[in-house]
Amino acid sequence: MIDKRVKSLEVALDGFGDGSSVLVNGFGGAGVPFTLIKAIENTSAKNLTLILNSIRFVDGFAPQIFAARRVSKVICTAARSRGHNTANYEHQWLDGDLEIEMVPQGTFAERIRAGGAGIPAFFTPTGAGTELADGKETRDFNGKPCVLEQAITADFAIIRAAQADRWGNVRFRGTQGNFGLAMAMAAKTTIVETDDAGDKAIPPEDVHIPGIYVDHVFPHEDMRPANAGGI
Amino acid sequence: MQPLTRHQIAWRAAQDLREGSYVNLGLGLPVLVANYKPADRDLMFHSENGIVGIGPIAGEIEEDPDFVDAGSQKITLSEGAALFDSTQAFAMIRGGHLDVTLLGGFEVSETGDLANWDAKMAHKGQLVGGAMDLVAGAKSVRVTMQHTTKTGEPRLVEKCSYPLTGIGTVNRIYTDLAVVDVAENGFLVREMIAGLTREELQAKSGATLMFAENFGTLDVPEL
Repeated sequence: MIDKRVKSLEVALDGFGDGSSVLVNGFGGAGVPFTLIKAIENTSAKNLTLILNSIRFVDGFAPQIFAARRVSKVICTAARSRGHNTANYEHQWLDGDLEIEMVPQGTFAERIRAGGAGIPAFFTPTGAGTELADGKETRDFNGKPCVLEQAITADFAIIRAAQADRWGNVRFRGTQGNFGLAMAMAAKTTIVETDDAGDKAIPPEDVHIPGIYVDHVFPHEDMRPANAGGI
Repeated sequence: MQPLTRHQIAWRAAQDLREGSYVNLGLGLPVLVANYKPADRDLMFHSENGIVGIGPIAGEIEEDPDFVDAGSQKITLSEGAALFDSTQAFAMIRGGHLDVTLLGGFEVSETGDLANWDAKMAHKGQLVGGAMDLVAGAKSVRVTMQHTTKTGEPRLVEKCSYPLTGIGTVNRIYTDLAVVDVAENGFLVREMIAGLTREELQAKSGATLMFAENFGTLDVPEL
């Protein structure tokens, strides 16, 4: 019987360790897998690659990940901390100890989708002529310069969703979805933490991530902080 | 002469949004534009985290952490809204389905280049977000900004000094002093506040200004 629900974070994160790459869903607090991020903070894994929209929320919520310099590369669209202080990851970056690959957000989403869809690279007009296209092949299509962008894949994707069933089907609520479907497609192992992993199947027409892309469903203890929208 | 407040700039930008438009509002001043939507116009506001149909900012009662916009504000949805994932949100942008993007800016060049993403802040990481996609894909790219920096340096320039967001993409600029189009041969002033001369506006600008034939006064209500 297919049942992707797991009872422990250890089982969910089986195979996670030094050198792992992780796609982390979430935008403005919605869809952020807080429980799984804490679980990663509680491991000793180092030399990690994180692929996520904004670094800031990880550093705010699970500070040991960057304070202990366990990440060596980040692919993201936002790496500027709030306020006047310099964040842990910014210190590491300024020291030359952290590689940050800055990617326009639509290109970021599409590179991940392409990775999951078997498209190794694509041309896009976004960013042509800017410093984020430096070193990339540029070609004109219909008179418009376009930049060649490579697909992104990773070892793990971690996602939070309102509901998942034992087949791994996922239903989001509100704006939880953001990068979740693309990330689930692009990872070797996809883990979804959820408030609701009951025995009932999600109605097929309400499925946002088909279970074929999902490996583990973890009914979480809710770690979402009260101010989640602001981090 | 009385320069426009941020809210008055937002009000002026809102007047140009046509009935039935799909509009993306950037962080900062542009999100204020939603407050001044003309009552007789039906507009749909897009957010790149996966929304068409953003309603008013949520009050304490409606506040729900699963409903946020791209600026992480807790929001409500308007009637007729749709939710989708980020790849769809950007397909709408790059695919030319979005009518207008309103963005903040550091500088705009006379050929329509925009610099708005990297202020080269010391000891701070970079942040690009969706700006490069928005300027590459929206049918009309409009920028709201102060006419000059705090130290009086022009933001309308011949060539941007900050890193570029997009090349030759800006259509219209709303400042605290004027409404300026990027025309084929340079900056074309459409409106200017009362009490300012053409020479004074030119002195606050870093590139040659032309003045439209039907050039008028930039008139806004007290807000």
